[in-house]
Amino acid sequence: MSKDNQILEDLTSKEYEHGWSVKMEADEAPIGLNESIIRWISTKKEEPQWLLDWRLKAYKTWENMTEPTWANVHYPKIDLQSLVFYSAPKQAKKTKNLDEVDPQLLEIYKRLGISLNEQKRLEGVAVDVVLDSVSVATTFKDTLGKLGIIFCSFSEAVKEHPELIKKYLGSVVPMTDNYYAALNSAVFSDGSFCYIPKGVRCPMELSTYFRINAANTGQFERTLIVAEDESYVSYLEGCTAPQRDENQLHAAVVEIYAGAHAEVKYSTVQNWFPGDKNGKGGIFNFVTKRGICAGDHSKISWTQVETGSAVTWKYPSCILKGDYSIGEFYSVAVTNNYQQADTGTKMIHIGKNTKSRIVSKGISAGKSQNSYRGQVQVMKRATNARNFSQCDSLLMGDRCGAHTFPYIDINNPTAKVEHEATTSKIGEDQIFYCNQRGISTEDAVALIVNGYAKEVLNQLPMEFAVEAQKLLALTLEGSVG
Amino acid sequence: MLSIKNLHASIEGTPILRGINLEVKAGEVHAIMGPNGSGKSTLASVLAGREEYEVTEGEVIFKGKNLLDLAPEDRAREGVFLAFQYPVEIPGVSSTNFLRTAVNQVREYRGQEPLDAVKFLTMMKEKMKLVEIDQKLLSRSLNEGFSGGEKKRNEIFQMAMLEPTLSILDETDSGLDIDALRIVSNGVNQLKSDKTATIVVTHYQRLLDYIVPDFVHVLYKGRIVKSGTKELAMELEEKGYDWIKEAVDSEATV
Ligand SMILES: Nc1ncnc2c1ncn2[C@@H]1O[C@H](COP(=O)(O)OP(=O)(O)O)[C@@H](O)[C@H]1O
Ligand SMILES: [Mg+2]
Repeated sequence: MSKDNQILEDLTSKEYEHGWSVKMEADEAPIGLNESIIRWISTKKEEPQWLLDWRLKAYKTWENMTEPTWANVHYPKIDLQSLVFYSAPKQAKKTKNLDEVDPQLLEIYKRLGISLNEQKRLEGVAVDVVLDSVSVATTFKDTLGKLGIIFCSFSEAVKEHPELIKKYLGSVVPMTDNYYAALNSAVFSDGSFCYIPKGVRCPMELSTYFRINAANTGQFERTLIVAEDESYVSYLEGCTAPQRDENQLHAAVVEIYAGAHAEVKYSTVQNWFPGDKNGKGGIFNFVTKRGICAGDHSKISWTQVETGSAVTWKYPSCILKGDYSIGEFYSVAVTNNYQQADTGTKMIHIGKNTKSRIVSKGISAGKSQNSYRGQVQVMKRATNARNFSQCDSLLMGDRCGAHTFPYIDINNPTAKVEHEATTSKIGEDQIFYCNQRGISTEDAVALIVNGYAKEVLNQLPMEFAVEAQKLLALTLEGSVG
Repeated sequence: MLSIKNLHASIEGTPILRGINLEVKAGEVHAIMGPNGSGKSTLASVLAGREEYEVTEGEVIFKGKNLLDLAPEDRAREGVFLAFQYPVEIPGVSSTNFLRTAVNQVREYRGQEPLDAVKFLTMMKEKMKLVEIDQKLLSRSLNEGFSGGEKKRNEIFQMAMLEPTLSILDETDSGLDIDALRIVSNGVNQLKSDKTATIVVTHYQRLLDYIVPDFVHVLYKGRIVKSGTKELAMELEEKGYDWIKEAVDSEATV
């Protein structure tokens, strides 16, 4: 066995760090999915009639849809009738204040490394935590409130800002968009809502941590970000899940609306449980994320570091409707052991002089499969559209796979679309060179991988970048001899 | 300091080194010369611990330790430095970041405190002067897009930063113009002390005008077939390797 393979063999021995679950009493929906479950959820959440109607309409659409099979991922059929579609940790009442939060919940956050009390002090980050299906507490609300910024759980927004939810819900990702989005629209439980008024620059990073705790639950959260004209916000999403033998389903929807001259940066560090090293368990992550640059000169930038999940199916996209609008997608996707990722983006150029940039860095190790799937579409009236795509794959060992599926659809002759792709291997010579300077093989791998992913990591806010770097190293780390 | 006895090594079953014997003492400079393909780089790689090479016979003692038992990173931490004939590119990793990791891992092994950013940068500034290397080069990705000369200069800069006891320079002169050659040699000479030793692998006598060797060895077909002083290097420069090849080959056929 070559040294490369030996290293990789060892790397796969790294187990998931967040694999624990706290026993909590949960308020759960009955098992399975049907109309009455949807009514149950809606009642539980004390929702208005229009939202129930919306959910039911989504459900009817979904019933006639079939699960997509075009992605380069393989997994056993998910039995939706055996899932619990809503699970809320039982609490005496909805808390307004952090000090009233269930100490057991706080314990979970602490183990996640994001103790809210600590986070509260961490200047510049407001956190909204979604545990299973309900958003438990939101920090920094006051500071943000003074600027007219709304940052709260989705359910709260439904109650307090129904006009905004009514206006934007489903406006970027229609309920009929795809199988998983329709499912989410029918059963979504909670999530985050964020509204930045015209001309306001959000002074801190807004952050949500998602975590799946209860067994057999699907997590269907819904995030809606609205940035009015000339506003700015940077939004961070972090995810973890406890370790379980069975697979858990996660089907989220994220919608972003950016007005004229507005800018939204959306960063994700996804660390869902990837399954054990034999491929058992792990999260199925089927997510629909889309943003619309609705006005002129607006900009949406997606940055993602995907290290977890057993199966990932995710294509954060931008609809570049406004003239001179800009869409960006920066991605690092790491797969190890038996993980499968099919991820990429869609850039849809509608406005004139629109620009998009795609930088995708795949890293495959173990027996994993890593696919980039990207679409660049230039519509008829999108004069002078520009796209640049860079898709790199890094292979570790010779039992993993990297695949690139670029789709280009151009309907305007003035478009300029550039696509570059490379595939490389972590070379024995690179590792030996590091070793010869006194650097251990483990640190050499971390150094090389972080160097490879640098262009993407640089897009992340500072404290997130450090976390992401560690996570990358951790995902690929092992006891290297 | 270094004692190589009857060293045999092969790659994929083909013997390349076929009984090397060499003694290097502190304070000495040894030059290893020889025609292309004679095994010079192989010897350097085996000493540094490259795994593709299988040592089939012999032993190497470095500062009283069995060198061949140590992992490559531990050999480096013990003070073995190899300036690569073909330095490796690491995209996205700056020399500065790379060296900081290296220096601190070496220090940890030697029981020293890690250097903080300020101390590290001070040290870098000081060593940069030694090989007249530019700050800009060090913030770029390691060796990526470096010219041949820049790569070699960077190798010697790394050597200066890591403060090895035994430095092995593999064809560090190739690809250098005369000015760069002078600068690099100057750097190497300043790093020499009575506690360190240097093995210079080269094709040409040119480098040895600057880094003056105490001993010169000729490697041919995996053996040291002739040893002498620096006059031997001059003789080789004048006459080429054919006379040595002939002598060895005819001996072998008898
Ligand atoms: N990876 C390899 N696989 C097969 N043969 C090799 C390999 N590396 C070196 N060799 C052979 O070993 C011999 C010595 O090579 P090398 O040590 O690089 O010589 P030098 O540095 O003296 O020019 C050459 O014949 C070369 O072809
Ligand atoms: Mg050589």
